[in-house]
Amino acid sequence: MDIKAYIESGILELYVAGALSEKENKEVYNLMLQYPEILQEVLDIEAAVIKLTASVSPVKNNEKTLQAIKSHLDLKDKNVKVVKMPRYNWVTYTGWAASVLLTIGLFWTLKQNNKLESEIQIANTQQQLLETQIANSKNSLEEANTLISVLRDNNITKVPLTGQGNFSNTYANVYWDKESNRIFLDAQGLPEPPEGKVYQVWSLTLNPLTPTSLGTIDNFISDNNKIFEIENSNNSEAFGITLEPAGGSETPTMEFLYTLGVVNLG
Amino acid sequence: MNLDTLIEKFKQKDEKAFEKLYHMYSESMQGVIFNIVRDIDIAEEVMQDVFIKAWHNADSYSSEKGRFFTWILNIARHAAIDKTRSKAFKKSKQNLNANFFVDILETKDNLDRSTDAIGIKAFVKKLGEQCKAVLELLYFKGYTQVEASETLNMPLGTIKTRNRNCIQELRNMVLK
Repeated sequence: MDIKAYIESGILELYVAGALSEKENKEVYNLMLQYPEILQEVLDIEAAVIKLTASVSPVKNNEKTLQAIKSHLDLKDKNVKVVKMPRYNWVTYTGWAASVLLTIGLFWTLKQNNKLESEIQIANTQQQLLETQIANSKNSLEEANTLISVLRDNNITKVPLTGQGNFSNTYANVYWDKESNRIFLDAQGLPEPPEGKVYQVWSLTLNPLTPTSLGTIDNFISDNNKIFEIENSNNSEAFGITLEPAGGSETPTMEFLYTLGVVNLG
Repeated sequence: MNLDTLIEKFKQKDEKAFEKLYHMYSESMQGVIFNIVRDIDIAEEVMQDVFIKAWHNADSYSSEKGRFFTWILNIARHAAIDKTRSKAFKKSKQNLNANFFVDILETKDNLDRSTDAIGIKAFVKKLGEQCKAVLELLYFKGYTQVEASETLNMPLGTIKTRNRNCIQELRNMVLK
């Protein structure tokens, strides 16, 4: 093959221009691999064309465009990052600030929640207390109503018990409901019994004088209104209250007879 | 690093190789694009598109099909011509077809920026009209041999030899 004639034909200039067919391109490529002179000729033509076309360019060493391209392709580059930094920082800082605020907000909400929950617990306890009080009040009211109905009952006999001897400043009242075989003892006028002692209530017949125990008042201190309902089926002529050792006595200790009252049968 | 290795690395999406190739060919591409669109901003835009396209289509290049320079030159010419066909472009720019690359060289004041440019300017001055047209169509516009022959009403052989002579002259100016 006549290499010189081939080169002189001008086909290599067209090859660089991209003006040949695919088949011709392949042919030139193979010849380049085979003949270094052909390769060198192509390189020279290419270099000249690059200079020719570059001479028309309005911009030299266009780094700005390279950065734009790389940034578009998302290639890592320090310069590109520097350009992006301000926006990046703004967004980042805002993001961090938002997350910090959110965290603080969450903690605050959590704290508020705990506080509210404990307040609810306190309120619940208070409600329970109030309910208990209401229940107690209802009981008290029922008791009071019972007492009122008793007091208003015509069949009730009132027996005032007056202070005796050393205990003349004490008093009590017995309301005797004969039909129901019970008495209501109002012991408001008695002092609290000392430790180890209890009041014992007696039903008495006078001729002969016979005391019958109606029982001890064991809950004297804890009872609020000091009114005690006591069974009494006796044919009582008088009622007396003595102070006795805890557990009560067989017979009244007369030295500690606090109050006594005779039933007015008239 | 030789060109073949560089191109091989570029095909494997090597960023450094891409940068090197950009530096080797970007100015040339900018010249080709600018000659077609005649607007610095639009040329800039097309330049970006060209190299982005080159990056994404790196796989499709094969040295058997032609020179890497020719491959990217083709992308640039097509992108620039496509741009001139867009509606927005047509509205703002009229009658570009009459302009040749030589106009740019002849009207540019700052061509003394490099000895190459001085050489090329001198070379362009000496060029005959037919030679200017051949270079314009083959290198700047991407015409095939046949298309150039038809456009210039010149036999194929004449195109070939005339072009060969023009390039020879250019080489004498800028490569020696």
